Amino acid sequence: MPSETPWVEAKEHAGTLLLALGGPWITQRIGAQAEALGATPHGDARRVELDMAAVEAMDTAGAWLVIKTVKHFRALGLEADIIGASAATAGLIETVAKTDSPGLPAPAPENALIAVIVRLGAATFFVGREARDLTNFLGHTVVILFRLAVRPWRLRWTALFSQLEQTGLNALPIVGLISFLIGVVLAYQGADQLARFGAQIFTVNLVAVGVLREMAILLTAIMVAGRSGSAFTAQIGTMTVNEEVDAMRAIGLDPMEVLVAPRVLALVVAMPLLTFYADIMGLLGGAVMATAVLDISFVRFARQLSEAVSLWSFWIGILKAPIFGFIIALVGCYEGLKVSRSAESVGRQTTRAVVEGVFLVIVLDAMFSIMFSYLKI
Amino acid sequence: MDPHRDRDPPIIRIRDLTTRFGAQVIHENLDLDIRAREVIGIVGGSGTGKSVLLREIVGLMRPASGRIEVFGQDTAALDDAGWRALQRRWGLLFQDGALFSSLTVAQNVEVPLKEHSNLSHALRRDLVGIKLALAGLPPEAANKYPSELSGGMRKRAGLARALALDPEILFLDEPTAGLDPIGASRFDDLIGQLQRALGLTVVMITHDLDSLYAICDRVAVLTGKRVKLGTIEALLREPDPWIQDYFNGPRGRAAANTAVRLESID
Repeated sequence: MPSETPWVEAKEHAGTLLLALGGPWITQRIGAQAEALGATPHGDARRVELDMAAVEAMDTAGAWLVIKTVKHFRALGLEADIIGASAATAGLIETVAKTDSPGLPAPAPENALIAVIVRLGAATFFVGREARDLTNFLGHTVVILFRLAVRPWRLRWTALFSQLEQTGLNALPIVGLISFLIGVVLAYQGADQLARFGAQIFTVNLVAVGVLREMAILLTAIMVAGRSGSAFTAQIGTMTVNEEVDAMRAIGLDPMEVLVAPRVLALVVAMPLLTFYADIMGLLGGAVMATAVLDISFVRFARQLSEAVSLWSFWIGILKAPIFGFIIALVGCYEGLKVSRSAESVGRQTTRAVVEGVFLVIVLDAMFSIMFSYLKI
Repeated sequence: MDPHRDRDPPIIRIRDLTTRFGAQVIHENLDLDIRAREVIGIVGGSGTGKSVLLREIVGLMRPASGRIEVFGQDTAALDDAGWRALQRRWGLLFQDGALFSSLTVAQNVEVPLKEHSNLSHALRRDLVGIKLALAGLPPEAANKYPSELSGGMRKRAGLARALALDPEILFLDEPTAGLDPIGASRFDDLIGQLQRALGLTVVMITHDLDSLYAICDRVAVLTGKRVKLGTIEALLREPDPWIQDYFNGPRGRAAANTAVRLESID
């Protein structure tokens, strides 16, 4: 009857320990019991024999256990032999024994404290290097853009328009929806607070300034970083993995000109347009909310709007847009070109592109706020 | 060669296999029998569906119709547990190794062992060492990541992973493509040795005529949407124009001459 698991029977007779092995000695059946083969107590025996006659099947795992056992007993100064092995089993044992694997070199052990310091240092260096390389890339991109401004026929117009469609036109629904909802939220929360002073009408001011100066542009930038910045990294990164970027260089095409320039220009153009659209949708959301809960009609909302905000509030939002678009595209393309040749790296760089893009946008926005407050606009 | 082998039931049996991509028919009523412990080379022009056939046998793709039996089991009728049991009995080497890029070489080889056995960690490490040595990799390679290896080393690591569970059938997709001629012939030797030592059945897609002459017992030629199977001598008598061009072209003749020379040296 074929048995489910490998078994061992130990018998000691006249100074000889006889280990009779049987059953399937294969990877999927070997358990703790079979692994303990080498630990069989040998008592006073001077000689060990491993009888393989009842072994039904053996693979490299089984063969290795047998070899290990023989080595173990020989190391203890005993004689050890394999008997009763079929030709196939003997051949397998010989093959495995010949590999004479010295065991895998263990990964170098780490001191936890040192490891933390090393990681901290590596991360600090990484941030510094990343800042330097990104600045470098910024300079390179600006040079390429100036070169294209002098020779506009070298720009990939088809790529530019295709990117404009993907990053601008296709983003309209989601950007519009989010801005509309933010307009609603601002109006609702503002009305709640301002009602305490009987100043509901100033909800319009709150919505207008909030949406035009900050909310529309910031939310658009965050959406675009998530949608398009990540897409740039993934597209260029996959091309890097496939060696397409290297192929371009070899043919004499400059990836900066072919891949980076159209994407950067597309976002520089698309961002102000998207922001303008987000302004309108945000104000619309505020107006709808004002009509619904505050009884401020659309006409009154519009009249209050023209008194509440100067044209500057609108221009401040729109002026920031191309700069944010430039930064998002720059980071997206930079991270894409930094992908190494593995699938994992595409994912890592894409995450980094979004995080760095959003981070830089918000840092810049804070700097703009400070600057504008000094300029008193 | 074992004289009784012809009478044994085939280890892989394909009947009336038809594959279509849309309106394009790749295989039509294809039959193929592969016996245990033989080395089969699958050849054919580009687009004749060599890789597709391999993917259908291992269940990565489903044929439009037909029956594929492996170890006498109809693969289309298997449930999940049946598939898992079957998958343990074969190993697959993809063209570029298809190693998991986030794991080291040793971890890559350990994956099937972890998934399909109850071995202790120490024994698994020992076995990984043996498989790497069998595949001809130096122990230093164990802790490297696939991106740090050369193409030939990646193939060897892929082979070690394919061998992890001591499979009965080894499927190889263009094992020598992209290797230099010396590396390719070493890889052929390695597969031949492993096949003899471990009693494997090897099914390999190849374009490499030298491999065909060096290690294949029989060759399956995909031509006219079906398979012509036989030894190279038998195939040379086939009137099929593709087969004639293939074996009697300048490269085919050169490979045949090399093979004859090597045999006379032996």
